[in-house]
Amino acid sequence: MSGLDGKRWHDMGGALAGPIPQDDHDFALWEKRVDALMILASGAGHFTVDGLRRALEDMGEAAFETMTYYERWVAAINQNLLEQGVYSIAELGEKMQAVQARGETYGEASNAG
Amino acid sequence: MPHDHHDHDELSPSGHPYRADQDGPLSYWQVMEIAVRELMIEKGVTTAEAVSAQIEAMDARNPAHGAAVVARAWVDPAFRARLLADGSAACAEMGFDVGPMRLIAIENTADVHNVVVCTLCSCYPRNLLGLPPDWYKSRAYRSRTVREPRKVLSEFGLELPAGVTLRVHDSTADMRYLVVPARPEGTADLSEADLAALVTRDAMIGVGVAKAP
Repeated sequence: MSGLDGKRWHDMGGALAGPIPQDDHDFALWEKRVDALMILASGAGHFTVDGLRRALEDMGEAAFETMTYYERWVAAINQNLLEQGVYSIAELGEKMQAVQARGETYGEASNAG
Repeated sequence: MPHDHHDHDELSPSGHPYRADQDGPLSYWQVMEIAVRELMIEKGVTTAEAVSAQIEAMDARNPAHGAAVVARAWVDPAFRARLLADGSAACAEMGFDVGPMRLIAIENTADVHNVVVCTLCSCYPRNLLGLPPDWYKSRAYRSRTVREPRKVLSEFGLELPAGVTLRVHDSTADMRYLVVPARPEGTADLSEADLAALVTRDAMIGVGVAKAP
């Protein structure tokens, strides 16, 4: 959200905020995979870190507050790959449906059998 | 209470709780990750082996790499000079490939303390130190470190003396900062490896200092 100062929401340096959260976590496999997909997609020349950031910033502040870090990343990677025509929305929809049908946990759904 | 339930007490080797979503109900975004990954493989963008190799490579990066660089700078004045002149090249000398982003090493002294933040996103020297801690990416750290840095440092338990100049470095997507903490007193006799053990991740971000021997 742009405030009266004209800054976009992600330009948060200098804003007021609460205490620094001290909790940390080890990344889950699916999060590490998202990280890897970004590096591999950009390494293959499909988009750059600037493309990732553009999608992340355009998602807006609500996404920042409600989605986890790698949830936002996978959404941004997907958006860039769609824009680049690596796959179509129809292909994505079919694939997501197929993945969903494999099971109820990440482990089950990861196994294409 | 006897026989406490320990379901939520399991810690990883690094001492952090595993995030519950490893085996919880499949989330929409996990479905998207699997779908995107499989489509990338089917379209020839990458391979399953490349994804695994990339994860392995990232898992292998950790703060010990940065600590080894700092300890070398402490014991070798010529290396220190090269590190401050060109951080990427100096790390490469030690076998650490920090990638295409320029690594800038900034040195703490008796009079100056440095701290690093990325106010716009979460830029971090991940190729040297591994992935950033959650707090580094938080709104609170990104917002406040350029506004009230001494207060932020005090929340990390670091009270800087009033006479010490505090410099805050805001990263960009094109370069990365590494803080070279000051060498603690009483370490003249320590080996390079023992010195490296004193260099914490937080000290290399600048929210802490090197440990006392």
